[in-house]
Amino acid sequence: MTWDASLLWQFDLLILLMMVICAIAALSLKDLVSCAVVTGAYSFLICLMWTEMLAVDVAFTEAAVGAGISTVIILGTAQYVKRRSKD
Amino acid sequence: MDEIFHFIIGKYNYWASLVLLFIGLYGMIAKNNLMKKIIGMVIFQTAILLFFVSIGAKRGATVPIIEFGPDKQPLLEASAYANPLPHVLILTAIVVGVATLGVALAVLQKIQRVHGTIEEDEVLEDQRQ
Repeated sequence: MTWDASLLWQFDLLILLMMVICAIAALSLKDLVSCAVVTGAYSFLICLMWTEMLAVDVAFTEAAVGAGISTVIILGTAQYVKRRSKD
Repeated sequence: MDEIFHFIIGKYNYWASLVLLFIGLYGMIAKNNLMKKIIGMVIFQTAILLFFVSIGAKRGATVPIIEFGPDKQPLLEASAYANPLPHVLILTAIVVGVATLGVALAVLQKIQRVHGTIEEDEVLEDQRQ
């Protein structure tokens, strides 16, 4: 993936910047339910990134599995354990 | 100067996967909460997958599904399609990563049930007693 291999490099830069922001937010929020929701947003953003890189099968697998099932199981565990995190 | 700019900035996918990889590694090492360690592991995996799929992207290509030209003949040049081999490998790796995440969360619930907390230092303190 280089400068001239992408469909729209402006979208790529925007999505990658939002992915970095979501990754930092998912590790720094104190509420574990918020962490789960931000992780789901991160999975959706990397799904967009894979559509941009012409990997459509990987993209809808990620949308179903990463943004769907992972978010649900992390949310269920976050409600089961102690919800507030110290760091 | 323009060549150097394209050489460094033009490979933005690799830089972004490097940044995400170190963010995930920081989460796995430095965070005290076990749930945040698991989220860091997810970010770490995703960065590696992003790097791997970025290798298969190609200039002027389309999705790896056979298309037909204007003369109803199938278009069979490999240069017309993105490389599908990283897609297949990463598809497997995503499913394996979700299975790993499910096992890790099950172990986390068991830790909560036994020790009453998922903070790492409190779990270790509880184990010493």
